[in-house]
Amino acid sequence: MKQSGAVGRLATLRLLAQRFAFVSLIVAAVALMILGKADIVLVERTRSLVADAVAPILDAISRPAATINEFTESVRELASLRAENARLKQENQRLLHWQMVARRLDADNAVLHEQLNVVPGPDPAFITARVIGDLGSAYGHSMLLGAGARDGVRKGQAVLSGEVLVGHIAEVGERSSRLLLLTDLNAKIPVVVEASRTRAILAGDNKDRPKLSYIAGAASVSVGDRVVTSASGAAFPPGLPIGVVASTHDGIARVQPFVRRHELEFVAIVDYGLGGVLPFERPPMPEKRRRGGDN
Amino acid sequence: MKPSVWVQMDGWVRHIVPTGVTLFLLFLTAIPTHIPGLAGITPMLPMMGVYYWAIYRPDLLPAWAAFLIGLLHDIIAGTPFGVNALVMVLVQGVSASQRKFFLGKSFMVAWWAFSLLAAGASALSWLMTSILSGRVIDPGPAFFQYFLTLGLFPLLTRVLARTQMAFLKEA
Repeated sequence: MKQSGAVGRLATLRLLAQRFAFVSLIVAAVALMILGKADIVLVERTRSLVADAVAPILDAISRPAATINEFTESVRELASLRAENARLKQENQRLLHWQMVARRLDADNAVLHEQLNVVPGPDPAFITARVIGDLGSAYGHSMLLGAGARDGVRKGQAVLSGEVLVGHIAEVGERSSRLLLLTDLNAKIPVVVEASRTRAILAGDNKDRPKLSYIAGAASVSVGDRVVTSASGAAFPPGLPIGVVASTHDGIARVQPFVRRHELEFVAIVDYGLGGVLPFERPPMPEKRRRGGDN
Repeated sequence: MKPSVWVQMDGWVRHIVPTGVTLFLLFLTAIPTHIPGLAGITPMLPMMGVYYWAIYRPDLLPAWAAFLIGLLHDIIAGTPFGVNALVMVLVQGVSASQRKFFLGKSFMVAWWAFSLLAAGASALSWLMTSILSGRVIDPGPAFFQYFLTLGLFPLLTRVLARTQMAFLKEA
């Protein structure tokens, strides 16, 4: 009788300990959320450390997946070979015309540069990185890349696929980094509508088509207009193609990006020597300017 | 009599199977699939793992393991820190506390219960992410994700049951 009482007490104690552990885990999770809001640097460092640790695993298992994908892709391509060929022929004709135009403009441009003594901008350096992780969360659009600080990746750098802007680097670890896509809730990119030179901010909201907000001046945006990066804020070099305006419902213009997310396998992380959208330190501009003004 | 080192090691390896499999499901979700439209609605495979093991072997996937898996999920997905950790701990806790009800019940009951639990979990993640980002996030993808997850439940449960049969027969 006495023994069973002791066993019963032990079981109760154990249950209590379990309950306590459970509650403390919940408290820990909530505390982490608050910490994530308050101390961004610490949380970011932890994130990138862990991401670095799992990067080799993700890299290893994403490789066979890529191989399988290549195989199915080639089967699909074989199936549509004729149609694809016809389409490419047509496109080639069109592009040949554009090539001629581009050659003429290039020559013109060279002459004008010469006459104006234009100082050429520095050639951008770039790193090619593999997409190693894409959790495809419903609450954020980002990817893990298999290159980090040791490869020269820095926060805020532009990420391109071909000539097209994909997003920017949001977190950097030693050997992995996080690419924040244009469509993510937290992505805000200064852009310009090419035809009308209207400035705006391209703001992602986790939908496939980010919207144009803070449109400067009279809203002269129409469907089909190309949207490219602007030089405002010195985040990205001007003129990187982003997408075309797809719809303008109720005064909200949405942009269909050129990049197709599911096709991203390798991306180029480009260093234009600019601050990026997330500058590390505040530039000590005001003081210098004042001194310049006094002189 | 004390079992030999090898037998002990064998036991340990078998006992990390539930956590290992759930971690593998997480990595599986993170593979870039290159399937158009799937990004943003990838099924919540790790949650199914946590649910399954919490019912059948809660001793081998305790709450802290669910917490760590959720945290890793947050880190790989880039979602606010702690959201998935909270969701996973709650999924584990709720299913483990109700496991007596599930044991011996039909598969349909498990599916039905999972649909309720996953709905709650989705709603909670949506709510927490919205609060933490200070904006109302479009719930559309979360709905698709939810239904895709429900659709995959029978298949994944079968795989997990096979795994349990293969590695943890003694239970």
